[in-house]
Amino acid sequence: MTTQTLPGRTRKPRTRLGDRLLHIYVWLVLAWLLAPIAVMIAFGFNDTQSKSNVNWQGFTFKWWGHLGDYPDLTGAVINSITIALAATAITTALGTLIGLALGRYRFKGAGPMNLVMFAAISSPELVMGASLLSLFVSAGVQTGYVTVVIAHVLFSLSFVAVTVRARVVGLDPSLEEAARDLGASTWTTFWRVTFPMIAPGVISGALLAFALSIDDFVITQFTSGATTTFPLWIYGAVRQGVPPQVNILGTLIFAVGVVIAITNSVLARRRVT
Amino acid sequence: MTTNQAGVGAADAAAPVVSAVPAIELDGVVKEYPSHGEVVQAVKGVSLTIAEGEFFSLLGPSGCGKTTTMRMIAGFEDPSRGTVKLHGKDVTDVPPNKRDVNMVFQSYALFPHMNVWENVAFGLRRRKTPEAEIKRRVGEMLEIVDLTGKEKRRPREMSGGQQQRVALARALVNRPRALLLDEPLGALDLKLRQAMQTELKRIQREVGITFVYVTHDQSEALTMSDRIAVMNHGLVEQLAGPREIYERPATAFVAGFIGTSNLLSGQVERVDDGFAVLDLGECGQVLVAGAPQKAGERIEVTVRPEKITISTDRPNGRASAICGQVTDVAYLGTYNSYAVSLSTGVEVTVFQQNALDSSTTAERGDSVWLSWQPQHSYAIGS
Repeated sequence: MTTQTLPGRTRKPRTRLGDRLLHIYVWLVLAWLLAPIAVMIAFGFNDTQSKSNVNWQGFTFKWWGHLGDYPDLTGAVINSITIALAATAITTALGTLIGLALGRYRFKGAGPMNLVMFAAISSPELVMGASLLSLFVSAGVQTGYVTVVIAHVLFSLSFVAVTVRARVVGLDPSLEEAARDLGASTWTTFWRVTFPMIAPGVISGALLAFALSIDDFVITQFTSGATTTFPLWIYGAVRQGVPPQVNILGTLIFAVGVVIAITNSVLARRRVT
Repeated sequence: MTTNQAGVGAADAAAPVVSAVPAIELDGVVKEYPSHGEVVQAVKGVSLTIAEGEFFSLLGPSGCGKTTTMRMIAGFEDPSRGTVKLHGKDVTDVPPNKRDVNMVFQSYALFPHMNVWENVAFGLRRRKTPEAEIKRRVGEMLEIVDLTGKEKRRPREMSGGQQQRVALARALVNRPRALLLDEPLGALDLKLRQAMQTELKRIQREVGITFVYVTHDQSEALTMSDRIAVMNHGLVEQLAGPREIYERPATAFVAGFIGTSNLLSGQVERVDDGFAVLDLGECGQVLVAGAPQKAGERIEVTVRPEKITISTDRPNGRASAICGQVTDVAYLGTYNSYAVSLSTGVEVTVFQQNALDSSTTAERGDSVWLSWQPQHSYAIGS
């Protein structure tokens, strides 16, 4: 009997304490997530004298003027960006079509297809990288820029297909029928109705593919041959010390990513309301 | 103007048009599809003709093939056999975007990323209609469905009834030769549904377009249709006007599906003056018009509950009359519903209007006579 009345009395203070704990917890998580990024950005402004950039020496803008001091670093960044763009374009196109097929139709091989996609998502990068290298070598393919793009398409394809499929499954099939009924050809139906409806899935898939590609190290290391990307260059530079230019370039890439992510979520919100 | 011609078409529809080319003709249409290694027939051979300007309903329970039949008219399903003709032209192999019919979907299927105006203009844009004409026709159509001023709304910002009217406008603005409606009022609540029934009927008169209406709601079909095809198990059980469907159901299924109906079965005792007589001995007789004129045959007879009169004494004159015992009385406002058990064990439902003079005519447990005019019971095929 007393146990029935007790919870009512104790609930309020307990909730308040829980609220406070939740706030603290949220801020701790945010700090934990943001600390490395903050450090990366800060050390782009570090007035370091030597090539090693690990101790804070004071604030300066001078490195921003020397962004292109390492031509091979600049080349690696350009490689990373063009590889990511190429891989994203191919992945998004292929992944969208796979997602549409898996979400819409029942066909022989749909089950195995789903399985293979999840295998591709969950298989260790090290294994995939090593096996890709043996594949390319045994097939007599010269590893380099093109093999990196192929490898990146390979590991990001599943992510795009899965996000698009989720979107397609939630789509009312009569929307496309309505478009056809109103005189639209299959082509027009796709671009006027289907694509706008699945676009959020396609966009998040593409962003994911770009993010996966631009900072991939393990698989790229196996398949790049003589080609250097941004992550590979940093790894190579670690022994002599990473110059502040790396921090600045990292900051720029991060900033572009943040702008795209914010734009996407703003657009998504506008689409909803 | 086209609306004028359309108006004439609607007036014609009241009297059946015989000479004109029918709007829609289905000839021996069959739809089968494989399911778990077997071939399932969703539609088992439907032939029907729908006249220009007619309000035609396909009525039946879910799974009876009515939606599949409509989808074959729209072109979303290819018939396995048979032909579909629109205005005399064979369109069996014509894709939906090249058919001159439009559909209102059960889910409305409004494009959520477009506003009302863009939704309604979609069909005209596909036909490369000049922009000025699009503007005029979309404006006119929104006026007809009473949505002027809501052009910029997105579908999800509208109520169910409004979305329904957008779907209607989006289809009608193309001036199709026929409009197909797939349970369009199914998602609305009762009040709104009744309002939309009147609204649909008004719009159909106004635009004069042939309406093909798929529904499982018999009262909806009865209220709105010029003719109804009652479907069951992939076949048309009866094709007739609402009155005939209700008054003279052709099969036991139709009798049971449309309204409440009493089914009596018995042996033809004799044929007397054009009426088959089912003699029930002490407990009266049932006269059946149009029954097979052969004594000794077993037939099934229907009679509607509201055609039956309850009395304590056996009525005089030439009427069907049977005796039974009242097992239940339900007060339903405008009428009372009686359950009367016959000596054969069959239970008969009787509706009695609550008129001024009729205080309760019978109580539970009373022995009563049920009587009705011979023309109100029919023998039906099984």
